[in-house]
Amino acid sequence: MTAGAPPQAGPAGTGAAAPSIPQILRAPRRWPRPTGGWLRQAIFLAILVGLSALFIYPFVWLVSASLKPANEVFDNAIVPNTFSWPYDKQQTDPRGIFGLDLPFARWIFNSLWIGFLGAFLTMLSSALVAFSFAYFRFPLRNLLFALILATMMLPTMVTMIPTYLIWNEVGKWTMEGGALDFLPHIGTRTQYPLWVPNLFGSAFYIFLLRQFFLGIPRDLFEAARIDGDSYFSMFRRIALPLAKPALIVVFIFEVQAKWFDLMTPLIYLAGTDASLFTLPLGLKTVLDSFGLGGGGEAEWHIIVAGTVITVLPMILLFAIFQRYFVEGIATQGRKG
Amino acid sequence: LASVAARERAPGPSRARRWLSGFRERETWTAYLFIVPWVVGFVLLTAGPMVWSLALSFTNYNLEVLAGFAERESVGTDNYSQLLDDQRIRTSLENTFIYTVMTVPGKMVFALALAMILVRIGHAAGLFRTVFYLPDITPPVAIGVLILTLFNGQVGVVNRALEFIGIPGPFWTTDPDWIKPALAIMSLWGVGGTMVIYLAALKAVPQHLYEAAAMDGAGPWRRFFTVTLPMISPALFFTFIVLTIAGLQTFTEAYTAFFGAGTAGAEQPEAALMYAIYIFRQAFEFFNMGYASAMAWLLFVIIMIVTAIQFIGSRRLVFYQGSQR
Repeated sequence: MTAGAPPQAGPAGTGAAAPSIPQILRAPRRWPRPTGGWLRQAIFLAILVGLSALFIYPFVWLVSASLKPANEVFDNAIVPNTFSWPYDKQQTDPRGIFGLDLPFARWIFNSLWIGFLGAFLTMLSSALVAFSFAYFRFPLRNLLFALILATMMLPTMVTMIPTYLIWNEVGKWTMEGGALDFLPHIGTRTQYPLWVPNLFGSAFYIFLLRQFFLGIPRDLFEAARIDGDSYFSMFRRIALPLAKPALIVVFIFEVQAKWFDLMTPLIYLAGTDASLFTLPLGLKTVLDSFGLGGGGEAEWHIIVAGTVITVLPMILLFAIFQRYFVEGIATQGRKG
Repeated sequence: LASVAARERAPGPSRARRWLSGFRERETWTAYLFIVPWVVGFVLLTAGPMVWSLALSFTNYNLEVLAGFAERESVGTDNYSQLLDDQRIRTSLENTFIYTVMTVPGKMVFALALAMILVRIGHAAGLFRTVFYLPDITPPVAIGVLILTLFNGQVGVVNRALEFIGIPGPFWTTDPDWIKPALAIMSLWGVGGTMVIYLAALKAVPQHLYEAAAMDGAGPWRRFFTVTLPMISPALFFTFIVLTIAGLQTFTEAYTAFFGAGTAGAEQPEAALMYAIYIFRQAFEFFNMGYASAMAWLLFVIIMIVTAIQFIGSRRLVFYQGSQR
């Protein structure tokens, strides 16, 4: 049911073919020695440097275009001829993206708290479920786990519409005069649908964490039990701290997923108060109102500056957690 | 030991009874308690909505029903027969298939080439890996903006570069024939994730296999086809499946660039209408939720069929170490 076996990585994956001794001794994260003569190395390096320039160029273009006035955005010069600083906070400055009634700061804040809260919740709930599947033996375990794996195959499109209708219904209950109106207003046109689903764990993360828990020696858990720990405190004291690397991978994957997600905020928040938007929806709105579709002159310098604001935090996150990004993907792949 | 001997003498409880006795264990109930979050989520957000979605696909659920002005009525299989008549369904399916066929092999070949170079140049590989990975952490909305700007027909830098080498560039973002290639080229930029998977797989290929092959007189190409490809085939297969499923559901980049509120009056190019975008528009712009549900199920069936074909077709091509095949 999983999409093939996860790609093999590290010494554990070498399986049947016995690795030679130096390979066992070598740290798994090391790069292999360069092969071939200096000419081949030079050609490889030239190719890589050239491609790197191509790969970096769009970022350079974005940053430099965002520092240009509107009429020079498309001169495609790397160093702007006229500098214009669009990241001003003054509400009156028409050139600043934090002015113009564009609550970019608010959108960043929304994306951050929704991303971090959602990632934190999905990390904990997925870990709890994953631990249960890794440690306990109980009736229906294999059937339920197969079910979890099967849900990874389900396109979001199938459940998207009923889920919207459920939130719509909940919204009626929690409205003023509804059956549950003592609760805050939860439903469509609020931010709850963006993070509440994270309370229930996610199939992909459950799978990833279960594999990790299976790798922890069972003796550690038994020792905790002998010390008189309850199952839950064993989970909290032993399993969670040991799984920290895997938990970090789950956390950053989910922050990234939230930071990327346009469709969910589009479904639940488009057309509401702009102060509720997340960054992707905010940027899409800016593109719609300042781009060619907005009527009049397209103000690309604002759109481009907004794009830089959207891209940068992910690069910062990557800079801090690069190891976890790369290792998480290398060992577990990633959902589509 | 005594209990083992006893069990051998008298036949133990039946399998079913032993299975049932599991429910008397405290451990079992603790385990169930631990998986409650998932069970609730599964019922509320997966299984329930799936059943509901299937039911919806046989109804006329639309804006009037949603607003309470009309009753929900069963329309039998009308939504499904409408799928066949809807010209846009055909267009969007075609677009999606073309896009997927353009991106998946392209990404796989490009990623493999990059990964093979990286494992051959030693320590500098770490730096290049970071560079090639950066586009993969760029939000898709930003990629949508980049498509509109870099590929702009008149002033975009792609056409400026083509002009420079003497090729008149097409109007990527407005010419129906060139919209999908523009989207595909831009998606090649996000090759980094796939490359990282291949890198890990390549690094795990035992060196002595290459040495043995070389000793047997195999040249570089022969070594590539008889050692490298079989050894990393699980990784290739994995990315093949995942990229295909993602390609068939592609939404954000094309939607950002070519659809949305701001373009409501303006022309919305049919050539960029991906299937997921069409579902989204039917469901949340026109609120034809019954029809959109039928569309979603068609997509699900298509994805299942495509994945099944991929599994069956690759069965003899994927080599798992430790297994016979």
